[in-house]
Amino acid sequence: MEAPVHASPVTLYVNGTARELVVDNRTTVLDALREQLDLTGAKKGCDHGQCGACTVLVDGLRMNSCLLFAVARDGARITTVEGLADGPELHPLQEAFLERDAYQCGYCTPGQLCSAVGVLEEMAAGRPSAVTAPEHPSGQAVPAGDTEIRERMSGNLCRCGCYVNIVRAVDDAAGAQAGAGHGGSEGGAW
Amino acid sequence: MNTADRTGEGVVRLEGRAKVTGAARYAVEHPLDGCLHAWPVPAGIARGRITAIDTERALAEPGTVAVLSHENAPRLGEPEDPELFVLQSPRVAYRGQYVALAVAETPQAARAAAAAVRLEYAAEPHDVTLTGGHPGLYAPETVNGGYPTDRERGDFDMAFAASEFRLDTRYRIPPLHNHPMEPHASTAVWEGPRLRVYDSAQGAHAVQSELAALFGLEPERITVVSEHVGGGFGSKGTPRPQVVLACLAARETGRPVKLAVPRHQMAQIVGHRAATEQRVRIGADGAGQISALAHEVVTYSSTVREFTEQAATPSRTMYASPHSRTTHRVTRLDVPTPSWMRAPGECPGMFALESAMDELAVTTGIDPVEIRLRNDTAKEPDSGHPFSSRRLADCLREGARRFGWEGRDPRPGTRAEGRLLIGTGVAASGYPVYVAPARATARAEAAGGYRIEVDATDIGTGARTVLAQIAAEALAAPLDRIRIGIGNSDLPKGPVAGGSMGTASWGWAVHKACRALLRTLAEHSGPLPEEGLSAHADTSDDVAARSDAYARRAFGAQFAEVQVDMDTGETRLRRLLGVFAAGRVLNARTARSQFIGGMTMGVSMALTEHSTMDAEFGDFAERDLAMYHVAVNADVPDVQAYWLDEEDQELNPMGSKGIGEIGIVGTAAAVTSAVHHATGVRVRELPVLPESLLPGLAEWRRPAVV
Amino acid sequence: MRTFRYERASGDEAAVAAMAASPGARYLGGGTNLVDLMKLGVESPDVLVDVSRLPHTSVEHTGPGGLLIGAALSNSDLAADHTVRTRYPVLSQALLAGASGQLRNAATVGGNLLQRTRCPYFQDPGKPCNKRQPGTGCPAREGVHRNLAVLGASEHCVATHPSDMAVALAALDAGVHVLSGAATRTIPVTELLRLPGDEPERDSVLRHGDLITHVELSAVPEAAHSLYRKVRDRASYSFALVSVAAALETEGGVVRRVRLALGGVAHRPWRARTAEERLLGEPATAEAFAHAVDAELAPAEPLRDNAFKVPLVRNVAVSALSDLAARQSDGTARLPEAR
Repeated sequence: MEAPVHASPVTLYVNGTARELVVDNRTTVLDALREQLDLTGAKKGCDHGQCGACTVLVDGLRMNSCLLFAVARDGARITTVEGLADGPELHPLQEAFLERDAYQCGYCTPGQLCSAVGVLEEMAAGRPSAVTAPEHPSGQAVPAGDTEIRERMSGNLCRCGCYVNIVRAVDDAAGAQAGAGHGGSEGGAW
Repeated sequence: MNTADRTGEGVVRLEGRAKVTGAARYAVEHPLDGCLHAWPVPAGIARGRITAIDTERALAEPGTVAVLSHENAPRLGEPEDPELFVLQSPRVAYRGQYVALAVAETPQAARAAAAAVRLEYAAEPHDVTLTGGHPGLYAPETVNGGYPTDRERGDFDMAFAASEFRLDTRYRIPPLHNHPMEPHASTAVWEGPRLRVYDSAQGAHAVQSELAALFGLEPERITVVSEHVGGGFGSKGTPRPQVVLACLAARETGRPVKLAVPRHQMAQIVGHRAATEQRVRIGADGAGQISALAHEVVTYSSTVREFTEQAATPSRTMYASPHSRTTHRVTRLDVPTPSWMRAPGECPGMFALESAMDELAVTTGIDPVEIRLRNDTAKEPDSGHPFSSRRLADCLREGARRFGWEGRDPRPGTRAEGRLLIGTGVAASGYPVYVAPARATARAEAAGGYRIEVDATDIGTGARTVLAQIAAEALAAPLDRIRIGIGNSDLPKGPVAGGSMGTASWGWAVHKACRALLRTLAEHSGPLPEEGLSAHADTSDDVAARSDAYARRAFGAQFAEVQVDMDTGETRLRRLLGVFAAGRVLNARTARSQFIGGMTMGVSMALTEHSTMDAEFGDFAERDLAMYHVAVNADVPDVQAYWLDEEDQELNPMGSKGIGEIGIVGTAAAVTSAVHHATGVRVRELPVLPESLLPGLAEWRRPAVV
Repeated sequence: MRTFRYERASGDEAAVAAMAASPGARYLGGGTNLVDLMKLGVESPDVLVDVSRLPHTSVEHTGPGGLLIGAALSNSDLAADHTVRTRYPVLSQALLAGASGQLRNAATVGGNLLQRTRCPYFQDPGKPCNKRQPGTGCPAREGVHRNLAVLGASEHCVATHPSDMAVALAALDAGVHVLSGAATRTIPVTELLRLPGDEPERDSVLRHGDLITHVELSAVPEAAHSLYRKVRDRASYSFALVSVAAALETEGGVVRRVRLALGGVAHRPWRARTAEERLLGEPATAEAFAHAVDAELAPAEPLRDNAFKVPLVRNVAVSALSDLAARQSDGTARLPEAR
């Protein structure tokens, strides 16, 4: 019988670049990014899927990278916060976060941003949330709006208390994405 | 990026781009060749002694480099904070205290090695339960902040007994955990005789000085870098054990070492807001005028160190109260050491005082805004000094106007939407104005522009940006001509980012250095020398020379609207509005975030944050972010912050008061007062949970339940 | 976390065979609970058999109006499925009430069913727990148990099952397809998950190597009138204190069909059959609902700090059924008015 193998070669397509790695099977995508690829944008807030700071996009879907073994995600396309901007051109969400001051200490911010990218795509694809009306037609874009954004962004904790600004920022970006037809902001401090 | 404040909305944070692109590096994100990873081993008993440590299995784990414990760790010098005297003795003072450290090539290996360390203990009976009549209660010499433990003015007992209205209530706040999003984390590198540390800390100099004592080094040989810090809320105000462990491990292994405290160890290890039991008694006349006020606080500390949450102090300063008694009693339990959490003393104390004010309003039938106005005072009751500025009344009136308070029906349970009961509440906020000496350097560079240096820390407050603005203003230069260095103990010494005094303290030094530089430049002729022209400032004398004839404090008022589901008792915030008077606001964008952030944390304290000391085991049951409920986005639908212009010449050259903490002060009382207005149920123990309300909601549920 | 060998299963049979070869092996689905528990040291598999890429990711319509749901389908995909949203709204709502968007994208249907309790003692290997280490005791009974069971617990264990989805599936009488050795069997979800009894270490009736391949829903007409209500300590992203999955069909103001399952109250989703039986043929009124739910909850044995769950789940069940009754077109059901 062969000796058990506790490490594996994997290829992760990170921000559009193939990265070939040998990982200890215990290595999460988060640790592979931070410790092996020096991509420290994704943050380790809790390491147990309870805060969202590690959120990245995996094959287009937002996930907690701290709960994904890299070996099990061999071949996946990963987008981290470092991959959101187009060269010097920031992603509209990044611009909106700056403008709305939707961050303070910045530690949850990369996860908020990646999550928000996923949220906008999920809403555009008509995927429901807990606050989407049950009668909303499946597959039809869910209008953005504070209630939807708040619920969908609730997997990303922010201890500095930037939630209301985050909602504004995501709403701005949703508006930019959808044009004038989006659900709109429901008021607030700004 | 908007680096000029053309709109009055406030400059965008200078490090904003780095933060939104992931380029900002935090304490364990600096790439270092050969860096090891460390994982601490917490004690598995609440009190006693380690009798044996078996590291054989841990050392056999692939990738393990070392396992440190009191048996083999290098001896340390005496630190100021005994919590930092790690791995020096077999004594265990509380469950979760660090007793060993695994060091390995990878984070995975370090965690596995730590799990493989076997410890045997001689456990001793422990006591981790605070009770109002705990036999160990005593009066400490002073309480946190250096305030007197007890104060008496007039004759409280006589005045209380003689009052027309007498209120006697008790409030409880559970232990609360700071839980900054970035765990306490450190990277340590020994470079020959020098030590370089990246630490997630609120003050690099404070870390430097403790490490110097612990490792017997001249402070100049230690560089502590805290350039980006993922929040702290007080818990990183002084060094925590992880930085000492990282330095020990780096010294022992001869390699750089990273250590981030695992989230589920944080509740035990990084400090927390101690639980308090607070008795408030108010005697008032029929007009709601307070004649007697007593605020008596019972709390605990650990056996390691005395820390007494100064929760009675707000009652010494908020309202006119001719006869007053404020006391603190503390007992030492076998629990983790409590410490600073956002607005220590003020935040828990104002929950009690402001809740009692609401109860007094209900009892006397006077509007809660009006009763506060009637007890406003131009002089601080405790000191007798006039306030340098106090716009509490204006905050209350402006808040009431913006919130739509007028015409509020005070009767509980008068507003419902379907199965939801709606209520509104108000509370005052306040926070002392602190300032500490600081140093700064301003340099005009030969190539043009200015370099400002001060060991300030930006834990998310926007300090970096505001200090650059202060420099730009003092130098009459555009902001983009200013380069600023902060977060490094090699820079001129500044105080910790705490007590809402950062901007005042560092800013004063920056302002002074810039003014000095202008004078130097005025005297200089010809091109600048290659190294530029520098001016240094130290505000020790200025701070000492501040008149002590004034009481200095920021004020505010918060208005909350909540809904309570009459079937479930679930309470959710609908909106929260605060108006503050905090001197001159230097950056509207970041200031608003500070106020809103504090208010949001206050909502969290009121409605979701709940921690239980497990009497059998001596640890906090809600030890991770799934069990300890920090408010999520959906809990915070609408928070608005406004401020009043406030001119105050008795503060500092910028005319600013601190704004980092006042937002959390009073919020919880505004929320629970709103809950009372919605339901008629007075919640005196935080947080507001379904079980707090369900019995009282039965009345509203008629006729659903027979 | 121990080191482990990783195997990606090429098919159902290969997965079962790989498990059979290693008594210490575990299936890996989305990993949202298993990876968490491995980091805590609660689970220490020496082999992980990755079944997340098995081709069980579709929702297929079966003959008489039912659905066959792949066990590797993500929670978000199932929640977004049009048929699920329209014919089994309780299931979609339960899924969306659970966890966060990120977790639902990763978590699978099979894994959701088999997630472990969030009892704080179970999750801490430094403390006794009969579920984690049989025979060591249950400190929760006297300790911290605010969110633990009030129904069907035993002296050995007062854990609750944390899933929202499973509560809806229990109400819908879902069947769970299990590949066991070479044989496939279908286990009602209400029997898959068990009460603790003398074996609290066993969450389900599955044996080592049993592989959940599908979840089957039969046609449940009244499920079109169904909903899921969850009570929790914050507005989102937290486990239920209690929850209710309910479906109701009335005719002329009388209960014709009813399904009720309670979450957060027991070691498994609690199908409220006593209440259901009492309600059949009864008027669809809040009073009748309350009496029926009271009968269901009569055997509740709350602990010191979780007694509130009994009136809480009762209120929520009554309110959920009342809402469903009010929605029925006959209009005879009346909702209590708020004062």
